[in-house]
Amino acid sequence: MLENKEHKVIGTRPIRHDGVDKVTGRALYGADFQAAGLLHGRVLRSPHAHARIRSIDTSRAEALPGVKGVVTAKDIPDAADKIADLGEGAVNLKYLCDNILASDKVLYKGHAVAAVAATNAHIAEEACTLIDVEYEVLPPVLEVRQAMESDAPLLHDTLKTTSLGETAEEPSNVASHIQHKLGDSEKGFAEADIVVEREFVTGTVHQGYIEPHNATAHFNADGQLTIWCSTQGAFTVREQVAEILQYPISKIKVVPMEIGGGFGGKISVYIKPVAALLAKKTGKPVKVLMNRSEVFEGTGPTPASFMRVKMGATKEGKITAAEAYLAFEAGAYPGAPVGPGAMCIFAPYNIEHVIIDGYDVVVNKPKTAPYRAPGAPNAAFASETIVDEIAEKLDIDPLELRLLNAAKEGDRRADGPIHPRIGCIETVETAKAHPHYTAPNGKKHHGRGVASGYWFNIGLESSVTINVNSDGTINLIEGSTDIGGTRASIAMQAAEVLGIPAESVNPSVVDTNSVGYTAVTGGSRTTYATGYAAYEAAQDVKRQMIARAAKLWEVDEANVQFADGEFSSINGKEEQISFRDLCGRLGETGGPIVGSGTVNPGGAGGAYATHVVDVAVDEDTGKVDILRYTAVQDAGKAIHPSYVEGQIQGGAVQGIGWALNEEYIYNDEGTMTNASFLDYRMPTCLDLPMIDAVIVEVPNPGHPYGVRGVGEVPIVPPMAAIANAIYDAIGIRMTELPMSPDRLLKAMGKI
Amino acid sequence: MPIVAIPSLLRNLTNGEESITVPGTTIREVINNLETRYPGMKARLCEDDRLKPGLAIYINGLLTRGSILESVDADAEIHFLPAIGGGMAVSS
Repeated sequence: MLENKEHKVIGTRPIRHDGVDKVTGRALYGADFQAAGLLHGRVLRSPHAHARIRSIDTSRAEALPGVKGVVTAKDIPDAADKIADLGEGAVNLKYLCDNILASDKVLYKGHAVAAVAATNAHIAEEACTLIDVEYEVLPPVLEVRQAMESDAPLLHDTLKTTSLGETAEEPSNVASHIQHKLGDSEKGFAEADIVVEREFVTGTVHQGYIEPHNATAHFNADGQLTIWCSTQGAFTVREQVAEILQYPISKIKVVPMEIGGGFGGKISVYIKPVAALLAKKTGKPVKVLMNRSEVFEGTGPTPASFMRVKMGATKEGKITAAEAYLAFEAGAYPGAPVGPGAMCIFAPYNIEHVIIDGYDVVVNKPKTAPYRAPGAPNAAFASETIVDEIAEKLDIDPLELRLLNAAKEGDRRADGPIHPRIGCIETVETAKAHPHYTAPNGKKHHGRGVASGYWFNIGLESSVTINVNSDGTINLIEGSTDIGGTRASIAMQAAEVLGIPAESVNPSVVDTNSVGYTAVTGGSRTTYATGYAAYEAAQDVKRQMIARAAKLWEVDEANVQFADGEFSSINGKEEQISFRDLCGRLGETGGPIVGSGTVNPGGAGGAYATHVVDVAVDEDTGKVDILRYTAVQDAGKAIHPSYVEGQIQGGAVQGIGWALNEEYIYNDEGTMTNASFLDYRMPTCLDLPMIDAVIVEVPNPGHPYGVRGVGEVPIVPPMAAIANAIYDAIGIRMTELPMSPDRLLKAMGKI
Repeated sequence: MPIVAIPSLLRNLTNGEESITVPGTTIREVINNLETRYPGMKARLCEDDRLKPGLAIYINGLLTRGSILESVDADAEIHFLPAIGGGMAVSS
């Protein structure tokens, strides 16, 4: 499958096709959308973290001049307690609907309760204040360990713990229990000379995308629903809206506008079905926008977690056993990413005896949503801190300890499957040899830390169509929202096949009626899977073009070869024609050529990263400064190295924010007290050095060009790497995120 | 014959056996044959002749789309693991 040849386009750095529109402000985002007769929608949200809804009276709001429609959960078709298959995964339909507009209970502060459409946004906002909701306030459950106690208030009366198909008898806030077991951990720990065990806590963290959620919906007179929105997956919006509204997929068209960041947070739907309900009720197009507070309080962050990790090793540095207990907060409805956390936690190592238990626990916070390698950063914070402590206790270089135990092709992951060709060792070796790691590090209160991370990546479905133009260019039609330069990385794979420059490809991200099914831009899958579909579509074009050349020269197709953008005749006639010139002769050789490619590949190939960070700790204030940061990552094959570097840098920066500052701060009533970018402290360029991104290329045999997904794994190592650097600086193991100044001062005994 | 890695939470049904060699050319056949030998297994893995929501199938280390209609080679190694879609965990 893997092509072994020199590349002309792949590995170069052309200007992205959408770059000019974006830097000149001409790119159209969801909030830019306009239509004649457009109404403006606003959402009323719960002031309580946990309450029963006694009644909702919308009459005063409906009577306000300018108000054209009000919707509540009663406008959603009766949601049976059934599982809906959304293509990207299965969800409980009642939970899905209740998260859009609460029916019987509100389960977090900010939970949507009703929505209004009016002639302008101010009237819609005023109308929201006129909706009378009678609540019976209930005690909130705000922390995972508290929620797991047997006498904790229950969020859902009918939720019972499932353990791989077996359901407990009593209701609980624990939605599910998973377990992975390899070998005999008791035996493994008995073989160890040292055992290290610690408990870890991480806070609730938001993706922090700059563009808030937005959606405009309109029903045509014939019942066709169109939704223009910001999303990571137009098809998954179509599926979710179809399930929530109980409306045929064939009557829904989703138009993905440009997207101002998502990082996983724009896979779930929130206001898109609300806009559709308001559009249906009013008969007009309705635009609904969120503000920043609504984004924090009403959309899915990544979960807080409690973890206990134990690892044992021989005095020579061989890790003999590992054990993990992972309890992740799902938010209001089940679905914490504890599964992927459990699959990734020990994946950088080959360990014979492992046991991992994971718990998905509901609490009175917004339902969690994916965020870059969901679950893996929490887990790696715990395991990579323990690995560092083992190295310290054994007096072994921490990267050397990782090499001694590094996972490689043929080793078995703790969750079962055998590793294919992976680049774990290569990232550690590259980090170890990097000038950053070998540079002196001896100043007082300065420290250096390292950590590794893993994310398995996914494939899923992608479709691409290529229309060949008479001037030698191609129009490439795709369904993957472009978040990080994927128009370019996908176009380049088609260009490579056809021997044309990347600039000769015109990529377009189109609506759900205009391209074959394509799964979300997520799971680090887009350059891998949609790129793979583009490769197949280009191969289809190539095959058809070869047939045209054969017709032109009156030779057998087998006697036409294609290389470096030139078709040539072999075996007899010596004819030659360029791709461009043959495109100009399509009319006379049979008409237009359209190529298509649809894939659902299973060989995404896992990605590894190893990070090195230097920090300075201010003993008086507890502030941690990042002095130098190097992120090494296996990209398989970097199609466009600039955008791979961008992903590595972006992931590392978000990890730095998660490590040092970011968290939802709740009061006792369950209200987030820092729901703005002023108080929810994300890193800015003033807080950071240049992130040195180092690409390692261990080709993935599951892709023709060796691509591995790159978007998620760079956020996995930073928290542990920084914690390990802080330990190196001040001799204190930080086990709670974020490692903010107040926590450091407390740990140092200063407050 | 294909080898099925028994998830640890199902090993109470297999008397602690961690992997079982089972005949079958599709996942459906493999599960049906597992059920014959270890009653109760199918109900833990399937619902209405489909894989339970929240589960995924790995064949020889590669993630499949989770359909029990997937064919398997004679020497395939099969794992049932939590499903991941688009970077998102699923709920059931």
